[in-house]
Amino acid sequence: MAHPILEFDRGREVEFNFEGRRIRAFESESIAAALVAEGVLTLGWSPKRRRPRGFFCGIGKCSSCLMTVDGVPNVRTCITPVRDGVEVWRQRPLGELPEAPPPEAKAGELDVDLLVIGGGPAGLSAAIEASRLGARVAIADENVRPGGQLIKQTHKFFGSRENYAGVRGIEIARILLRELDGLSATWLTRATVIADYSGRSHDVVVSTPEGPWRIRADAVVVSTGAMENMIPFPNNDLPGVMGAGGLQTLMHVFGVVPGESALIVGAGNVGLILAYQLLQAGVDVKAIVEIMPKIGGYAVHAAKVRRMGVPILLRHTLRRAVGRERVEGAEIVRVDENFRPIEGTEESFDVDMIVLAVGLTPSTEIPRQAGAAWDYVPELGGPVPIHDPYLRTSVEGMYVAGDSSGIEEATTAMLEGRVAGAHAAAELGLRPDRAEGVIKEALRQLESFRSGPFSAKVVRGKQRVWERAREVIG
Amino acid sequence: MSEPGVIPEDVLAELLPPDEKAEGRAVAVIECHEEIPCDTCRWVCPVKAVIKPAITTPPRCDWDACIGCGTCVLACPGLAIFMVKLDGEWAEVSVPYEFLPVPKRGEVVWALDRVGRRVATAEVVRAVTSKDRTSMVTIRVPRGLAHSVRAILPPEDGTGG
Ligand SMILES: Cc1cc2nc3c(=O)[nH]c(=O)nc-3n(C[C@H](O)[C@H](O)[C@H](O)COP(=O)(O)OP(=O)(O)OC[C@H]3O[C@@H](n4cnc5c(N)ncnc54)[C@H](O)[C@@H]3O)c2cc1C
Ligand code: SF4
Ligand code: SF4
Ligand code: FES
Repeated sequence: MAHPILEFDRGREVEFNFEGRRIRAFESESIAAALVAEGVLTLGWSPKRRRPRGFFCGIGKCSSCLMTVDGVPNVRTCITPVRDGVEVWRQRPLGELPEAPPPEAKAGELDVDLLVIGGGPAGLSAAIEASRLGARVAIADENVRPGGQLIKQTHKFFGSRENYAGVRGIEIARILLRELDGLSATWLTRATVIADYSGRSHDVVVSTPEGPWRIRADAVVVSTGAMENMIPFPNNDLPGVMGAGGLQTLMHVFGVVPGESALIVGAGNVGLILAYQLLQAGVDVKAIVEIMPKIGGYAVHAAKVRRMGVPILLRHTLRRAVGRERVEGAEIVRVDENFRPIEGTEESFDVDMIVLAVGLTPSTEIPRQAGAAWDYVPELGGPVPIHDPYLRTSVEGMYVAGDSSGIEEATTAMLEGRVAGAHAAAELGLRPDRAEGVIKEALRQLESFRSGPFSAKVVRGKQRVWERAREVIG
Repeated sequence: MSEPGVIPEDVLAELLPPDEKAEGRAVAVIECHEEIPCDTCRWVCPVKAVIKPAITTPPRCDWDACIGCGTCVLACPGLAIFMVKLDGEWAEVSVPYEFLPVPKRGEVVWALDRVGRRVATAEVVRAVTSKDRTSMVTIRVPRGLAHSVRAILPPEDGTGG
């Protein structure tokens, strides 16, 4: 089916082997997306009770898609491109280590001023700003395509003119990538940063398909984004229960629509926007359920799905997913003031997808491994590295920006990235006068963007973190 | 408590143009009342008819200045701007549209209200599509529906209806 916003450049057709079956796919697809497109929804089984597991996050963060690929176990197939002739096997349930010798100790080495970890809006902006100021920059991203969450956001963004208001997320990604292309940064794609050993400088280990790289950097910006939240309900692990971002990835990056009807849990902006995008992909959206007495997202996002006939059921929650091998239905229930289910108010829907849009948690593994001070800040989505307004953490030369410094939006992620990138460059002694101008302007825009009531919670969280920063950052 | 995604009556009343402002001429109706960080409508308007002192102040349309060009309808990321032109017994309502196929002039579609109810069938008067793939579809409805019709649905389409 044609998509009203997207055109898919699927590339060459390839063929791979899945448990003895030959499967046709396109070279632009990930292995997991190609399998879902073929109707293979069970990508693995849980270790103890052998329950089927399916596609959930689509960005390499939940491990529900681990398979054995060309003899290598535990490969995250959602971020591994299909290639002609690869051998893919599901694991029952754990993979076995191959007999082959481990890969070379080192596949490559690099020495840079700044390493940016994660190529979403925050990371791209940090890399652009630092490169412009003359820093030697490397940027590593573990996904098949760089751009972070932006590459799946088909809707137009809010914000101000300087920050691409009115431009679709996918187009903003193109603009940023093009801009970085014109600068001299080094790209490492399909590169997962696994550790940062910092002493006087940062000694970073990066896992790539060719083997590990070692990168020495004077500064690092951690912009690793976030992980989607799960909520407890019976059968929440059935294939067909997906994260909102995971489903967006399937639909908008790979052009795979894995069902015909959906129930969405959560009426924040993510859930509301996703409902609209599902309608655009031809999916029947039965309802959006929200446990709170009001929606969390913007009224305009809610209005555009309401007028297409999608109900938003407040004070309702998901009671259970129904199905054996995959989602076949959803049962919802009304809740009282204390969020307890009211017996007798259950309602059932025939759906083959249940989409969770119940918040995100910052991905902070790297700063925590490197010893950065952190705190649990509910307003920012969970554990966040303590950072000051310049995004400096307590580890010397380590910055955080974007969702990994607290869940917010792509616009604020870009602005934080610019501050972090410029500050890091200035600290290295590169054009501090120009850097100062960039930082000031980005901080001004951040403040104006965060001035409304919808940002009050985030601002509260940030202020607490900045206060702590005065204690822990020298 | 108001319905989610539906502007409360009293707030809406403030956002709608008085009849004389829209009689015989199309004007923008901006249904965006929250303090959200966005000011696209303000800077895209060629005649500065959108009043918005700060990025988080809800926009207002200066209906005397508005020339009904539809630029803001196509640009608004919230798809929250419509146009209304009153014309005797009839009214033309323009809505943003991002589905396929885009209905053509002369086709008959369902006219939906703010909660997706089919309140009338209506003829498409005009449809334009921007470079970034948002369309604006203008339909003709009875005058009494000028301020309740806010979406369209092609006749046999399954999307949402
Ligand atoms: C469904 C949905 C809809 C949204 N809609 C909007 C919207 O309309 N407007 C808006 O402003 N915001 C929106 N957001 C939020 C916005 O997308 C995020 O706030 C923004 O993308 C955060 O940017 P980031 O750069 O911090 O992280 P991301 O965009 O998540 O990028 C992080 C990148 O880091 C990479 N990475 C992670 N770990 C590693 C590692 N160890 N090594 C190497 N690379 C790594 C990932 O592959 C990824 O590419 C939405 C989010 C979702 C999920
Ligand atoms: S319709 Fe045209 S003139 Fe009127 S407010 Fe919108 S952009 Fe401005
Ligand atoms: S462009 Fe649309 S969403 Fe943005 S402020 Fe104007 S009316 Fe509201
Ligand atoms: S890690 Fe692949 S779907 Fe989550």
